[in-house]
Amino acid sequence: MSEPTSEMQAMEHIGRVADRQESDSKVMFGFWVYLMTDCVLFASLFAAYAVLHNNTFGGPSAHQLFSLPYALTETLILLTSSFTCGLGILAAHRRIKQQVYTWLGVTFVLGATFLTLELTEFSRFIHNGNTWQRSGFLSSFFTLVGTHGLHITIGLLWLFVMLIRIKQGGLGRDTVRKLTLLSLFWHFLDVVWIFIFTIVYLLGGISV
Amino acid sequence: MNLFANFLGRLSWSAFPTSPITVAAIIGTGLAIVALFILITYLKRWRWLWREWLSTTNHKKIGVMYLMVALLMLLRGGADAAMLRVQQATSVGASHGVMSSNMFQQVFSAHGTIMIFFAGMGLMFAIINLILPLQIGARDVAFPFMNATSFWLFAAGAILINLSLAVGSFSTAGWLSYPPLSELRYSPGVGVDYWIWSLQIAGIGSLLSGINFLVTILKLRATGMTLMKMPMFVWSVLGTMVLVAFAFPILTATLTLLALDRTLGMHFFSAGGGGNAMMYVNLIWAWGHPEVYILVLPAFGIFSEVVATFSRKRLFGYASMVGAIWAIVILSFGVWLHHFFTMGAGANVNSVFGIATMLIAIPTGVKIFNWLFTMYHGRIHFGSHMIWFMGFVFLFTIGGVAGVLMAVPPIDFQVHNSLFLVAHFHTMIVSGVLFGYFAGITYWFPKIFGFKLNERLGRYAAYCWITGFILAFFPLYILGLMGATRRLDHYSAALGWQPLFIVAGIGVAVIGLAIGLQILQVIVSIFTRNWNRDLSGDPWNGRTLEWSIPSPAPFYNFAVEPVVHERDAFWGMKQRGEKLQSVEYKPIHVVRNTSAAMIIAAFALSFGFAMIWHIWWLAAISILSLITTIIVRTTSPNNERIVSVAEIEKIEADLAARRQYA
Repeated sequence: MSEPTSEMQAMEHIGRVADRQESDSKVMFGFWVYLMTDCVLFASLFAAYAVLHNNTFGGPSAHQLFSLPYALTETLILLTSSFTCGLGILAAHRRIKQQVYTWLGVTFVLGATFLTLELTEFSRFIHNGNTWQRSGFLSSFFTLVGTHGLHITIGLLWLFVMLIRIKQGGLGRDTVRKLTLLSLFWHFLDVVWIFIFTIVYLLGGISV
Repeated sequence: MNLFANFLGRLSWSAFPTSPITVAAIIGTGLAIVALFILITYLKRWRWLWREWLSTTNHKKIGVMYLMVALLMLLRGGADAAMLRVQQATSVGASHGVMSSNMFQQVFSAHGTIMIFFAGMGLMFAIINLILPLQIGARDVAFPFMNATSFWLFAAGAILINLSLAVGSFSTAGWLSYPPLSELRYSPGVGVDYWIWSLQIAGIGSLLSGINFLVTILKLRATGMTLMKMPMFVWSVLGTMVLVAFAFPILTATLTLLALDRTLGMHFFSAGGGGNAMMYVNLIWAWGHPEVYILVLPAFGIFSEVVATFSRKRLFGYASMVGAIWAIVILSFGVWLHHFFTMGAGANVNSVFGIATMLIAIPTGVKIFNWLFTMYHGRIHFGSHMIWFMGFVFLFTIGGVAGVLMAVPPIDFQVHNSLFLVAHFHTMIVSGVLFGYFAGITYWFPKIFGFKLNERLGRYAAYCWITGFILAFFPLYILGLMGATRRLDHYSAALGWQPLFIVAGIGVAVIGLAIGLQILQVIVSIFTRNWNRDLSGDPWNGRTLEWSIPSPAPFYNFAVEPVVHERDAFWGMKQRGEKLQSVEYKPIHVVRNTSAAMIIAAFALSFGFAMIWHIWWLAAISILSLITTIIVRTTSPNNERIVSVAEIEKIEADLAARRQYA
């Protein structure tokens, strides 16, 4: 009597695992597709920047405006945050809650620092009268970099929610899956920033 | 004090219209809504409406709701079209027709916007939602909650664009709002903002749907259904969703940039300040040309199903059909410049885009010939579905030839922005898209509602549509060649154009008759449904999996997941005399009903409204509430429920009993 029951339970268990795996792969694939659509969104903004970056309309050019050491600092901070985010995910897969907490906490602090630096740069430009209304170049600069900053803000909010979730519910399967998505998102923003650093800051900084 | 003065932003009493036509339209709509509310209350149907429809996450019910909104929007856009035709037929010489120039501009802007974004996209997502999961043997889409959110965002966009009738005014800058005309300096009112935000909200819904169906097709197909065994409609939707995923982010970005120009005084597309208006035109068509194929590819898929079913034959040239879809998908991203050869990009650039445009005629031609070869030696059942198809082949080929003609840049320079162009793209969209979706609705109606549509009235409607279309648009080809430009609210009597415009007006009246017949068809079909019930689940002797289950399908679609061995899976099962039904049921996961999708869309709606009228506090509250709703939804457990084997057995027994009764 007990044997068929346990067999059925085992079958059901296998079914549930298969269900979960299917649902995991569905969510992961869906998130990748979303990231690609976001990529197209950024591509459009990069295209707009490429078209408008010389339209300074008598205002300052990229060369006069950007400080390369400042941008490099931002880049290093964001890259480091990606690294610590990766460490956090590794710990999450090994279900070591304290490490997850530490590394994701560090990621949050680094991300917030990056955002502060970006906003400080924005406010410096605006303070000097170089607002987004000054020229087509500055409109496209503020929009491209600002959209990245907006994504970082969303990422920080998501990270914050996840930290609370881990504190309350621990590292369940669902939470780890969400953390994996979050880390994908964070690495994606890192990649976008590399393009911003290269195209906006580096190319802008060296051209006269 | 200042804050209080700006409490309602730009909104004031002067925003409400005073023109008698508009006021009458608003009062009429308002009374209709009030009557509907009273009726629902009287029938005590609120709870039912909420539980069965408004809070649903089931793809079939979402599809029906898409269908309702899209058909309403089709009527609204059709009313706009009729007004345009009346104006152009009467506004000649001393007479200035029935509308002011300003109103005429609002009407043609609204007509184009509503038809493409709300009628066309709505019908497309309606049919895809209703049928696609059934064709691949799935129980629902990949992300049912996201699907509901997509629908409600679409509905919020539709509400917002119609709100412009009652509060403020709509855009006068055409359906694509080219700058600098659409910039704040030249369009200072709220019209363009209504255009931006209604499309932005609906567009994000479409983007989410694109992701959803892409994952659904690639991850949820029945066991054994490899890619090359998918029904052709599924292939066409797969191509379409790839287009959506690549094209709609461009729309989102472009609308955002225009909104930034208008709201924050940026200089992306402005005439001064270092802006570049042609960048907008390039960006919007980088989305806009794929959008045309987004609308038409699923219709091609529908025709593929309809022609094969009613010719009692396998679809001819399956692999070449798949190749044609992907050729169209790829080429559609390489032709956007043909919408503005007159930009002055130079002979070389224009040649490249001209040739790329002509190339698209090849895969499209392949599809047309494949359908015709499917009919060849088939046992054709020539019902209303096939009448729609024949009308499509005839008109679409003519429109396509006109398109290839315009792909030649020197010819395009002559007919640019003329009524010849208007006639061309209406031929493509009405015959390709609309006829396709009408054929699809007629074909799948029994699967969705459980009874067939009245065939006789359907035929009359199809014939009237085709005749009306020819009368309404063939004169426009001639007028275009005579030099009539588009968006013309008045012309000189000496030009001799009026007779042709009157013929076009008569054509629209015939189309009006066709629409009347379609409405009558639905009403008659509902009243005579007991004579037209589809108890077999397979009323047309169909070939694909959706016909293997009862009509209407139970909420979980397939009690037992089907196993597929070949193309036209259900046809093969019938030929071999296989029974799909087995008795080994397993529990099924379904996503629970939820109010979250509707709440998210409601906040999106109030956010859009606040951005249009510059009510900043409302915008802030709306966006924060929207984010909070998403966080609450995504962190709440228990969003799914399990349908037990006992429940499935009971439902299936009821369905079987009904079939026995037949």
